[in-house]
Amino acid sequence: MGAQLRIYRRRMRSVKATKKITKAMELISASRIVKAQQRVRSSSPYAIELTRAISAVASYSNVDHPLTREITNPRRAAVLVIASDRGMAGAYANNAIKEGDQLTAFLRSRGLEVSSYLVGRKAVNYYRFRSRPVVASWTGFSDNPSYLNAKEIADALITAFLTPTELGGVDELHIVYTEFVSMVTQQPLVRRLLPLEVVESVAPPPGGIFPLYEFEPTAEDVLDALLPRYVESRVYNALLQSAASEHAARRRAMKSATDNAEDLIKSLTRLANAARQAEITQEISEIVGGADALASASAGSE
Amino acid sequence: MSSIEVELVSAERRVWSGDASFVLARTTEGEIGILPHHAPLLGILVNGVVTIRVMDGSVVTAAVHGGFLSVANNRVSILAEVAELASEIDLDRAREALSRLASEAVDEMAEARARTRLAAAGA
Repeated sequence: MGAQLRIYRRRMRSVKATKKITKAMELISASRIVKAQQRVRSSSPYAIELTRAISAVASYSNVDHPLTREITNPRRAAVLVIASDRGMAGAYANNAIKEGDQLTAFLRSRGLEVSSYLVGRKAVNYYRFRSRPVVASWTGFSDNPSYLNAKEIADALITAFLTPTELGGVDELHIVYTEFVSMVTQQPLVRRLLPLEVVESVAPPPGGIFPLYEFEPTAEDVLDALLPRYVESRVYNALLQSAASEHAARRRAMKSATDNAEDLIKSLTRLANAARQAEITQEISEIVGGADALASASAGSE
Repeated sequence: MSSIEVELVSAERRVWSGDASFVLARTTEGEIGILPHHAPLLGILVNGVVTIRVMDGSVVTAAVHGGFLSVANNRVSILAEVAELASEIDLDRAREALSRLASEAVDEMAEARARTRLAAAGA
């Protein structure tokens, strides 16, 4: 076998091996998107009930809680960026990080100091490489977040928010995550999480006004207990949406990698065939040439 | 017999829902029993056991950790950060977790959770 042909065959083998891997990852991601979507759906009853309860309390008592209080002269803002732990998902992690960068720049232009909170190894590495300060980061669960993860993050953020500004607390909290619109569209989004806007309390619920609740122990205590849960559930929802988006982005990236590998294999096969044909042609012409030479040599001797 | 609609949801999923004749839960103020047509109520739950008497006479118990209870329009929603039905709790694992946590005595919250879980499973 000729050298050229051997090289083509070797490259084809390696591309085929890569294709097997990307194909497997594509299938895994495809099945995980469905699971992740289910988790988003199964978390919604809790979020809906919670929102209802908060609206109910808010419409019967004065909502003046530290978590809803607007700070007139904000000086420091926290930004929580949710990215992925692993790559191989196209521009997914980068898009979220870039969105976070833009938000940071915007907040700085408003004269705010920005403290960064990160979720996902990709974001952590990005910040470390540029030696940017990070207040806190969480890694290891970006593709399958649990409620306890969300609680841990929300606790840290609420603590930072409730700390007075002079002692290093933050006055605003923004969250950057990737919204799962559909299998093909995922969009990085910015939301202000704190101070909370209790918009729901203004509009009456679909079934008319809220009934006159008894509160146990008191409306204030109930609100005290509910608002942190609300923040947790917002963070949880953001984590779940991001996880679903991550799987969708990975599936798409792996699908195009598989398609590219197929194209490459096709063109390599063509080249290898041409090389094989050329080799055969050369061999034939050598044989014919040799036979010719022998024939003319013996003809001359007679 | 009149009934009340019950929905037990945790942050991650809907744990149980259906019609019941009676619901027993523990709020910060003490135990509370809810019968059909109870007055609207919002209460904070403590870690504990929630007992639901279903219309067909069976009883559903669940361990809830942190959450609250809201009653309105003949409907009870119990929202818990973590909720597990007694039937889903693995007794051996719960016991083991409790003894491990009790000996370490580091995480009181986790220990209380483990104890609640055992109580709900009826051991």
